Amino acid sequence: MATRILDLPAEEYMLPGNRACAGCGLGIGLRHILKAFDGKCIMAVPASCLTVLGGMYPSSSVLVPWMNVVFPSTAAAASGLVAGLKATGREDIPVLAMAGDGGTADIGIQALSGAAERNTNFIYICYDNEAYMNTGTQRSGMTPLGVRTTTTPVQGKQQPPKDMPRILEAHGVPYIAMTCPSFPTDLYDKVKKAIGIRGTRYLHMATPCPAGWQYNPKDTVEMGRLAVETGSVVLFEIEHGAFRLTSRSKKLAEQGELMPVREYMERQGRYKNLDEATIAAVQQWIDRRWEDYVRRDAESAQS
Amino acid sequence: MITEKKQRQGAKTSPKSRAKDEKPQSGNGRVAIITGNEAAAHAARLCRVQVVAAYPITPQSAVVENLSKFVESGELKAEFVTVESEHSALAVCIAASTVGARVFTATSANGLAYMCEQIHWAAGARLPIVMCCVNRAMAAPWNVLNDQQDSMSQRDAGWIQIHCRNNQEIFDTVVQAFKIAERVHVPVMVCYDGFLLSHTVMPVCLPRQEDVDRFLPPYTPHTLLDPADPRNLNQVTLADPRVNSEGVLCHGYMELRYLHQEALVGAREAIVAVDREFDQCFGRRWGGMVWGYRDEDADVCLVAAGSLTMEASTAVDMLRAEGIAAGVVGVRAYRPFPVEELIAALKKARLAVVFDKSLSYGYEGPICADLKAALFQSEAAPAVFGCIAGLGGRDVKARQLADAVRNALKQYDNGQRTAPPAWIDCRI
Repeated sequence: MATRILDLPAEEYMLPGNRACAGCGLGIGLRHILKAFDGKCIMAVPASCLTVLGGMYPSSSVLVPWMNVVFPSTAAAASGLVAGLKATGREDIPVLAMAGDGGTADIGIQALSGAAERNTNFIYICYDNEAYMNTGTQRSGMTPLGVRTTTTPVQGKQQPPKDMPRILEAHGVPYIAMTCPSFPTDLYDKVKKAIGIRGTRYLHMATPCPAGWQYNPKDTVEMGRLAVETGSVVLFEIEHGAFRLTSRSKKLAEQGELMPVREYMERQGRYKNLDEATIAAVQQWIDRRWEDYVRRDAESAQS
Repeated sequence: MITEKKQRQGAKTSPKSRAKDEKPQSGNGRVAIITGNEAAAHAARLCRVQVVAAYPITPQSAVVENLSKFVESGELKAEFVTVESEHSALAVCIAASTVGARVFTATSANGLAYMCEQIHWAAGARLPIVMCCVNRAMAAPWNVLNDQQDSMSQRDAGWIQIHCRNNQEIFDTVVQAFKIAERVHVPVMVCYDGFLLSHTVMPVCLPRQEDVDRFLPPYTPHTLLDPADPRNLNQVTLADPRVNSEGVLCHGYMELRYLHQEALVGAREAIVAVDREFDQCFGRRWGGMVWGYRDEDADVCLVAAGSLTMEASTAVDMLRAEGIAAGVVGVRAYRPFPVEELIAALKKARLAVVFDKSLSYGYEGPICADLKAALFQSEAAPAVFGCIAGLGGRDVKARQLADAVRNALKQYDNGQRTAPPAWIDCRI
């Protein structure tokens, strides 16, 4: 049974005020993630926008224990928390590793792969804002095709992003989900479900970023919704190998049609002056992936 | 310090009788014929480490293998995390230590270099981690044999570094290291020479578990990450002090670094005291910061760290037989650097010859450079000549060290106070 927005717990684990940019999608996401944990977890956080959001010594913007770690070792540090808590008889405290797309898909992928192969008992959330936003919007392995960043300043990125959920799927971990803070109950329910499962649980949170995507900060929630409407982001989960589309993406599959991606791209400065051929290539990439997801969802439903 | 040396060394002895003196006494434990790597693994086991994370690398691998065996067989109740790299090995140790576990790891050469940012982090986070560095040459080109370039390259990271000269000292130093680290909140790197010690069997006294327990009580962390008392550890910290939400002025980055330096310099006392406490429990001590062999009336002192000091001791006996009043001053703790101890030990000498198994490229051997800097404060400083020896596993013989001393003496007699490093047995 999906949680309704009014049923979300009233308790807050983020304090009023933090150092994130105005309109930051990560702040909305973290707020609902911590609600799902009831504030009971220990976090491992590498160098990222999340470090900035967390505040500067001696103040903090959250009410959960938080350990900063070096950039490439979020999953290894989380493995250390799990081992240390077990060794000292506090195994009941859940461990939450949370890193950006660079910290996950690029510099942190080795440690994540190692921890996932060991099926380490933690929840890993990658908040994907589709570039190295904390250092000023440089290209990452998760930056979509055609996007202009400060390291793809003229032609835009020439390659599509890595498929992180698929990489984690290849490790055989028990739970994988794609979610987005613009759908807070989808996010909340997936974190809740993940907490109830043992082993490595991986959530990929598509996170709109006004500074890097170049849109008006008031439009963050809408930008995430548009991403889902166009299939640029697809909400799903893979529980013990069973694929399932969720919330709005499930409905879109039932309706049978996505909004053209052009309408999502036109709203963001990072896609400005893009040529027609690249827009068509992005649309093609989305259509092919969407077909695959819809097929997998139908196959799972049949079995 | 001198008193300790006297107690340990007793009368002037030859290497043979010294070896006899140092024969491990089983006491209430047992004597095992084991390698340096096995000694390190047994020490970690008897220290009841709770989390071990390590990645195999020659010549350290047997440490990992032995600890895996102890954990899988149930001899050691610990979490062994089979990480995918050295970088992750130290990440696991840092995190596990942060939630209150006693942790251990070991590595060598490129593995140590791969850990580099974690090495700084462990020290900056002031965690009592103990890591063995099984000294090996750095690539390129590839070379798996011994020198000390690896640990020397990490000397400024803020760890305590202690060098061992035999397998018993490896065992004893690992046990001491946990006590030192947990007392001063600084991680300890226990350095021992690859193959020369790591793969060489020697008799080692393994004490009883209850005796180690008495010496080393369980670890109690000063800060514990817990949802009941949420804290944000090692977040962004500005240079200047800042006020927290309760109006209390808290340290800036620079103040934290000052306290780290204070702790490391102050670790000298802990290293000496723990060595003494160890002696009271187990009847063995290793000199604390430095140790000596036939050095009390020495005119010429051979200075080195690690197993090379054993060849130096043999060289001293050779030189003594020729009428040269030579002695060894062994550097046990390299960081903190034993400034006062070395000044005192070299007060009467007219010449110090330093043998480094590593190099600060573009300058000279690090022990030599550090010794010269330390002696700048001394009113009775000897002349100092440096030698580079044994790089990449090049065999070092006692007679070569004796030759190097004779050469240095010649230069000294010609009025020189120092010289660029002499390369021992370099065939160019």
